[in-house]
Amino acid sequence: MTTTAIKRKSNMGDFIMRIAPLTVLAILYILFSIMHPGRFMTMANQMNVLKQTAVNCLIGSGMLLALITAGIDLSVGYNAILATCTIGVLMQNFSITSAWVLIPMALLVSTFAGFVNGTLLTRLDLPHPFVSTLGMKNVLWGVALLITSSRTIGFTNKGIDSTLWIGRATFDVNIFGFKLFTGFPVSFILVLVVYIFFHVFLNHTALGRQIYCVGGNPEAARLSGIRSKDVLTVVYTISGLMAGIAGVVLAGRLNTANTASAATYDTDAIAACIIGGASFRGGKGTIWGTLLGALLISTIRNGLNLFSAGNDIQYIVIGSVIILAVTIDVTRNKLEARARKLATV
Amino acid sequence: MPEQYVVELKHVTKKFPGVVAMRDMHIQIKPGEIHGLVGENGAGKSTLIKVLTGVYVPEEGEIYVDGKRHIYKNPVQAVEAGIACVYQELNIVKMLSVVDNVFMGRKITNKFGLLDYGYMHQETQKALAALGQTGIDTRMECGKLGVGQQQMVEIAKAITQNAKLIIMDEPTSSLGEQEVKQLMDTVRVLKDRGIAILFVSHKLEELFELCDRVTVMRDGEHILTRNIADMNEDLLIEAMVGRTLDNQYPKIPTTRGEQILKVENLSQIGVLKDVSFEAYAGEILAFAGLVGAGRTETMRAIFGAEKPDSGKIFIKGQEVHFKNPGQAIRSGMAFLTEDRKGQGLVLSESVKVNLIMANMKQYRKGPLLNHGHIKEISQKNVSTLRIKTPTIEEVVVQLSGGNQQKVVIGKWINSDADIYMFDEPTRGIDVGAKIEVYNVMNSLLKEGKCIIMVSSELPEVLGMADRVIVMREGRVMAEIPRESPHFNQNDIMKAAWGGEIQ
Repeated sequence: MTTTAIKRKSNMGDFIMRIAPLTVLAILYILFSIMHPGRFMTMANQMNVLKQTAVNCLIGSGMLLALITAGIDLSVGYNAILATCTIGVLMQNFSITSAWVLIPMALLVSTFAGFVNGTLLTRLDLPHPFVSTLGMKNVLWGVALLITSSRTIGFTNKGIDSTLWIGRATFDVNIFGFKLFTGFPVSFILVLVVYIFFHVFLNHTALGRQIYCVGGNPEAARLSGIRSKDVLTVVYTISGLMAGIAGVVLAGRLNTANTASAATYDTDAIAACIIGGASFRGGKGTIWGTLLGALLISTIRNGLNLFSAGNDIQYIVIGSVIILAVTIDVTRNKLEARARKLATV
Repeated sequence: MPEQYVVELKHVTKKFPGVVAMRDMHIQIKPGEIHGLVGENGAGKSTLIKVLTGVYVPEEGEIYVDGKRHIYKNPVQAVEAGIACVYQELNIVKMLSVVDNVFMGRKITNKFGLLDYGYMHQETQKALAALGQTGIDTRMECGKLGVGQQQMVEIAKAITQNAKLIIMDEPTSSLGEQEVKQLMDTVRVLKDRGIAILFVSHKLEELFELCDRVTVMRDGEHILTRNIADMNEDLLIEAMVGRTLDNQYPKIPTTRGEQILKVENLSQIGVLKDVSFEAYAGEILAFAGLVGAGRTETMRAIFGAEKPDSGKIFIKGQEVHFKNPGQAIRSGMAFLTEDRKGQGLVLSESVKVNLIMANMKQYRKGPLLNHGHIKEISQKNVSTLRIKTPTIEEVVVQLSGGNQQKVVIGKWINSDADIYMFDEPTRGIDVGAKIEVYNVMNSLLKEGKCIIMVSSELPEVLGMADRVIVMREGRVMAEIPRESPHFNQNDIMKAAWGGEIQ
């Protein structure tokens, strides 16, 4: 019974891989609690981590879809910024203050950018979304600079607080007079709602499963009647929408529309997905894994902040974590291929 | 005296998990001879080539080059020993120059440690000149050369490697008439230089024109080696197919129903030429022919996976134009692809998802998938098709080949089609699983479905088909009903090899 033995082993490996990010997160919590007594494990700081995670979680959910289809979306960072800038320009140049106009317009712009990404990839047969989305990243940045005339737009006291509410507001949770949370960010509630929706979408709808099929084997999917190109277009459109939602949250968090602030959004989102079990080869990844990955990254950043480590150190550490995560992904694939070979003997 | 052979194989056996690809094979090639190698699809020709070129290391047996025993562990050592191979799919890097291709993987440096291009150009020109190819500029990008000239570059490479034996695998398959003639002249030039050629071909007339001796393989074994002068086409074909039919085909009598599919003059430039046929309910129509005869391409064109240049397709009398496979599926077609892992399954997905992939949207309740229904259907598939899997949640990659094939079959049974196109349905699965696949076909027939089966295994064609269409080079060569006296291995093979059936 060699096959069962091997399968048990690979299941074991699978299990270890699955709980790895959770274990690392737990270790980081213990480590930071010891090293920053009275600073890391405080309510205010923990809520801060959640607030910082929200944007990455939202962008990461769209990125996850792209990664499941064995693609990538490098335009998400500047797409989010463009959404923020859209709000800024409509407010400043057109004196629009209604959240019912500002938010839909921002989402529309980002969703359209995502649709263009998908269309470029599937209708022009560009070799890899790396090309189309990298190009779009620069285009979107340019558009953001163009519409804002390269100026930073401030949101403080401009009468658009209802638009900024999602990214800014917090609330307290009291259960029987016991303060469970103080200052829980609304943006993280949004993340949880979006993630539950994604979970249902990916696992319980035909389109969701088709995304995995297209990612796992586009030709088999096509020959089974799945319209691979349409599925891909939808994926990049959703990714654009999620970047737009992230942009709305950003507006509230940063209080400005600033074209220069997108530096780490793309890589952070990719890292969150890969740490959470997605693969550059496509076909796998879960939304809850991405949540864990995003929390892990925020925690690392937060811990480094408490060390008073500047951007320089943060870049180095996060960059190394990304490379490590990809190395783990590659090793995981090799192990799986090996188990597969053994299983067929 | 083993020294009289430039290359000699003795008692070579190559095994793969579950199959013996080559058993007790022996072959002797004399210096300066053109040695033909023929056999049916899957007879073990490619295995032999790969053993000779060091791609496979055989479990048993000995390889001698110039009477000296060689045990090479990789292709580089085979080249060093003097064996080169010109593959059907040429190993040319199109973006590199001729000289870079000829010296790929070898480092010729001058006294400064830099590449000695002067010498390399000179050697390449010399080799090409020996082949009568003085017109090729060694600085030219290989991609700009025609296929025939690219092949010459490969042969030139073999010459500069001082090859004693050059294996040519289907060298004429992608060449035009003029280029074939030139290649034959080149082969004779090589022969005059004392280089031996192992010429693998599907075209018997070329063998008779070119070769000194010929070896026939069948089922991974050596059948005969003769002087070509002592052979004729019939004798060769008989040697190639020569086995008897065992009774492993549960053929049931059926009655032909209405015409379901009609194809008229389907053409695709360079692939299909005026393919016309009809298929009926309650009948198995087989497509026989050699690999590359255009059978799979015909199926893909009908299924909307590839767009034909011209031709008409009718389903139940209605003309159809499929833009994509989805439309074909909705019109009642199912296409079980030859390449199970590459085109049939999503290996990283569960048995369950693969089983519902062709008609996923029918398992919805509202906007969501009805997991209860999916579970029920998958479990039914698993029990009726006897798919051996621990659960329906298991990822397909963990299943054996036969069980994977059953998952693909299950997927198409669930789509409830009228026309089932099975492309090599029993390739790479064991005998027991094969019979189960045939039984599935039988039950589909009983339901009045139409089955089209592409198969390269003649016994399977003869065992299961009601009618067989033989293709060669993109054309229909013959259509033989089961009742015909021509419904036998030799006549089908003859048609597949381009011969006339009397």
